[in-house]
Amino acid sequence: MQFLPELTLLGAGLIIFIVSLGKTNADTTRNVAIGLGAAVFVATLLSFSQTGKLFFDAYQVDLYSQVFKTLIAGAMLIVLLLGKDLKGIDNSVRPEYYLFLFISVLGLMMLVSSVELLSIFVALELSSFAVYIMVPMRSDKGNQRFQMEAGIKYLLFGVTATGFMLFGMSYMYGLTGSTQLSVIVEKLSLMYSQPAAVVAMMMVLAGFFYKLAIFPFHFWVPDVYEGASNETTAFIASVPKLAAVALLIRLVSLINGEGQVIVNVLMVCAVLSMFYGNLSALVQKDIKRMLGFSGIAHAGFVLLGILTFQITGYANALYYIIGYVVMNLACFLVVCTVSQKGENVMIEDLSGLHKRSPFMAFTLAVGLFALAGIPPFVGFMGKFMLLTSALKEGYLLLVILAALNTAIAIFYYLSVVRVTFCNDPEERADVSSSLLTNAASVFLLLVIVIMGVTPQRFVDFASSAVQTIM
Amino acid sequence: MDQLLINPDYPYILSTLIFLPLAGALLLLFIKNEDFARYWALGITTLTAILSIPLVVAFDTSTSQYQFVEQVSWVKSLNIQYVIGIDGISILLVMLTTFIMPLCVLASWTYIKTRVQAFMICLLIMETAMLGVFMALDFVLFYILWEAMLIPMYLLIGIWGGPRRIYASIKFFLYTLSGSVMLLVAIIWLYVQNGYSFFIPDMMWQNYSSTAQILLFLAFFLAFAIKVPMFPFHTWLPAAHVEAPTAGSVILASVLLKMGTYGFLRFAIPITPEATMILGPAILWLSIAGIIYGGFTALAQHDMKKLIAYSSVGHMGFVTLGIFVLNTAGVEGAILQMLNHGITTGALFLCIGMIYERTHSRELSSATGVGKHMPIFVTFLAFFSLSSFGFPATNSFVGEFLILAGTFEYSIPLALAAIPGAVLAAAYMLRMLQKIVWGGTDNPDQSWINDLNLREIVTLSPFLFFVFWIGLGAQPFIDLIHVSVANLLDNYHAFHGQAVAVADIILH
Repeated sequence: MQFLPELTLLGAGLIIFIVSLGKTNADTTRNVAIGLGAAVFVATLLSFSQTGKLFFDAYQVDLYSQVFKTLIAGAMLIVLLLGKDLKGIDNSVRPEYYLFLFISVLGLMMLVSSVELLSIFVALELSSFAVYIMVPMRSDKGNQRFQMEAGIKYLLFGVTATGFMLFGMSYMYGLTGSTQLSVIVEKLSLMYSQPAAVVAMMMVLAGFFYKLAIFPFHFWVPDVYEGASNETTAFIASVPKLAAVALLIRLVSLINGEGQVIVNVLMVCAVLSMFYGNLSALVQKDIKRMLGFSGIAHAGFVLLGILTFQITGYANALYYIIGYVVMNLACFLVVCTVSQKGENVMIEDLSGLHKRSPFMAFTLAVGLFALAGIPPFVGFMGKFMLLTSALKEGYLLLVILAALNTAIAIFYYLSVVRVTFCNDPEERADVSSSLLTNAASVFLLLVIVIMGVTPQRFVDFASSAVQTIM
Repeated sequence: MDQLLINPDYPYILSTLIFLPLAGALLLLFIKNEDFARYWALGITTLTAILSIPLVVAFDTSTSQYQFVEQVSWVKSLNIQYVIGIDGISILLVMLTTFIMPLCVLASWTYIKTRVQAFMICLLIMETAMLGVFMALDFVLFYILWEAMLIPMYLLIGIWGGPRRIYASIKFFLYTLSGSVMLLVAIIWLYVQNGYSFFIPDMMWQNYSSTAQILLFLAFFLAFAIKVPMFPFHTWLPAAHVEAPTAGSVILASVLLKMGTYGFLRFAIPITPEATMILGPAILWLSIAGIIYGGFTALAQHDMKKLIAYSSVGHMGFVTLGIFVLNTAGVEGAILQMLNHGITTGALFLCIGMIYERTHSRELSSATGVGKHMPIFVTFLAFFSLSSFGFPATNSFVGEFLILAGTFEYSIPLALAAIPGAVLAAAYMLRMLQKIVWGGTDNPDQSWINDLNLREIVTLSPFLFFVFWIGLGAQPFIDLIHVSVANLLDNYHAFHGQAVAVADIILH
C-alpha cells in the first residue's frame, strides 16, 4: 500500500509498453494513457495517509511525500489532458512518448520519498533521462531539427549538474560517513563553519537548482522550452519543479539556519534569478520562451521562502510552487490549444484570441494576471506571503528587490494580455477547444481563484506537511 | 478595539454593498442576452445605491469611530482580517460611488454596442472593488482591492476605448501598478513593526523612527500621487481619460482619482505624521504646480476630453493643497472638493460622451455651435461648466473657498500662488462653453443633431441636483465629515506638539 502509486506507475508503463508493441490508432493510445494517468492519481489518493519506511530506511513515506505525490499525479493528469491530441509528436512514437512520461513521473515520485543520497540520485536520474528522450521526440514537420539541439542541450547541462551533485554527495559522505539524510543532519550541523561542508551542500543543491532553473543553472531553459513540443514543455515547466522544491526543502531543512554563507549564496541566487528571468522575458517573441524566463524569475521567488529557514517559509514556498504550477499549466493549456499542428506559438499568434475563442482568452488572461501577482489570484497571495516571511527575518533589501521585480514582470505579462484582447485577429483561424480541455481549464481557474481567496487552509496543510520532515 | 463601532441595526450592510455587484457580475457570466445585461446591471447598481442610503441616515455624526463595522478573521496564520467600516472621511466617497454607478450604466446604454455583457461585468466588478477600497480597514484587504481594480479598468479602456486605447490602457496599468509596488513593502514592514497585525487603525499615530517614517511616506506618496494624479505623475491621466469609454472616464475621474487623496488622508497623515510635517510643504508646492500646469494645459486643448482631463489635474491639485495645509477648513474643503470634483467632472465627461455619440468626434471644432440645436444639452453643460470653475452657488465654490481659506490661514504666499489657478479654470471652461454653445461663423452644419433624449436627461439630472444642493446648503455634508476631520487634526497636532517638545529638549 505504501508503494502503491509507484507500482501503479510502473504498471502503467508496462501497459503502455505492450500497447507500443502493436499497431494501435492514436485515439486508443491516448485514451489508455489518460485512463492510466487517472488511475495513478487515484492510487496516490488511496495511499495518501500512509506512513512508513521502505528499502532499509532509504525510502520514507510520510505526509510530506504523499502530498507531493498527489500533486505530481494531478499535474501529470492535467498535462495529459491539455496535450491530449499530442499535436507535436509523430503518431508512430506516441506510445513510447507516454511510456517515457510515466517513467519520468515515476522517478519524480520516488525522488520526493527518498531520504538517502544514493536513492535520491537514482530517482533523479530516472526522471531526467526519460525527459532527455522526450524532448527530441518532437516531430520535425518543418525539418528544423531544433528539437535535437534542445535535447542535446538539456542532456549536457543536466549531466553537468548531476556531476556537481554527485561530487557534493561524495563530500557529504566523506564528512559524515553516511548516506542517510538523518545521520547527515546530525553530523553536518556541527560543521557549518567548515568550507568543505558548505561546498558539499552547495554542490548537492546545484542538482536541484538545475531542475528548478535557478540562476546560474538556468541556461537550458529558453532553448529547451522552445525546442521541445508544447506538451513536453508544459510537463517540464511544471511537474519536475514540484519534486525539485520538495527535495530542496528536505535538503535545506538540514542546514537549520546555521550556515550564514549558504543563506547569502541563496539570496544572491534568488535576486539574480529574478532579475535575469524578468529582464530577459521582456524581449521574448515566442510565448514558450517568455514563460521559460518567467519561470526562472518565479524560481527565484520560491527561494525567497526557502532561505528563511522557517517552517512558515517552507510552507509558503510550497504554497507558491503549487500555485505556480497551476497558473503555468493554465497558460500552457491555452498554448497547446492555440497551436494548430503542434508548432510553436508566437505572442503575435495570440492576436484577437478573445474573438477566436473567448474562453481560452479568459483562461490565458487569468493565468497571466495570476503569474504577474495581481490579486485576487493565487500568484498575489503566494508572493505576498513569501515577502512577508522574508521581511519577518529582516531581509528588507531582498524584499524591496523582489517587489521591484513584480513591477518589471507585469509588463511582459500585460503585453500578452494586450495582444489577446486588444489586437484584431486579422486572418487567423478560430480556435476550438474540446469539452475535456474546457473542463480542465475551468478546474485550473477555480483552483487559481480559490487558492488566492482562501489561502488559510492550503497554508495550514502545507505547514503540517512540512512539519513531518523537520 | 475602541476605534470600532458595530451598528446593530444594520449588521451586514457594508458587505451587502460590496458583494451585491460581484454576485450580479457572476450571474451575468451565464447570460447571453444583451438587453438583459443592460437592465440587470442597471437594476443591481440601482439597488446598491438604494441600499446605501441607510448609511447616511444612520451615520452617527458625533463620533470619529469607524461605523457599521464587520470583522471576520480571514487568513489566520498571517492575521489578515476581513474588517470593514466607514468614518467621516470615507462615507461621502462610498455614497458617491454607489450613486454614480447606475448613471454610468445609463450612459453606456447605447454607447457600448459590442460585448455588452462583458462590459457590464467589468463595471460591476469595478463597483465591488471601489467600494471595498473605501471601506477596508485591513491593509491587505485594501491592497488586494486596490490592485484588483486595475484588471477591469484595464479591460474597460483596452477593449471599448478609442483609437489609441492600447497605449492608454497599458500606460494606465503600468503606472498605477509600479507605483503601488513599494506600498506593498511598506505594508509588510508595518505589519512586522505592529506585532504582526494588518489592522489599519492600530498602525496610526505610532512612534516609528523618523527615517522609517520618511521612507514609508515616500512609498505612500508614490502610490497615491500617481493615482491622484499629482504633477509630475499625471501623464497617464490624459491618455487614459481620452481613450476610455464615457463610463470609464466617469469612473476614473469621479472615483479612482479620489483613492489617491483618500490614501493620503487615511494612511499617509496618520501613519507617518512626522514625515508629513517634514515633506508636507514640498507637496503643497507640487499641488500649486499641478493647479497652474493643469490650467494652462487645459487652455491649449482642442480635444474636449483632454481639456476636462487636464482640468482634473488642476482640481485635484486643489484637493491635495487642502489636505496638506492640515487645518480644519483646508481638510474639510478638500474632502468636500473630492465629492464635488466627482460630481462635476463626472457630469462633464458624460456631456462630452453625449456629443461624441452624435458626432463621433472629440474635437472642439466639430462641436461648435451645437447650442442652437441642443438647447437642453447646453443648459446642463453650462451649469456644470460654471460649477467646474467654482462659480458661487455651485458645489465647487464651497469646496474651493474652504480650501483657499485654509491655505490663507496656513500661508498667504501659497494662497496667492493658487489664485491664478481659479482664474485659469474660468478661462478654459468659458472658452469651451462659448465654442460649444455659440461657436463662430464657421460652425459645421449641426442641424441633423438631436437634443438629449429622456434617458440622457435622467442621467444628468441627479448631477445637477447635487451641484446646487451642495452649492446652496453644504452644511449637512460638512456635518458628516466634521468630527472625523477634527479627530484627525487633533491627533496630528498632538503628535506635532510632542515632536516639537522632543526637538526642544534635544536642542537645549
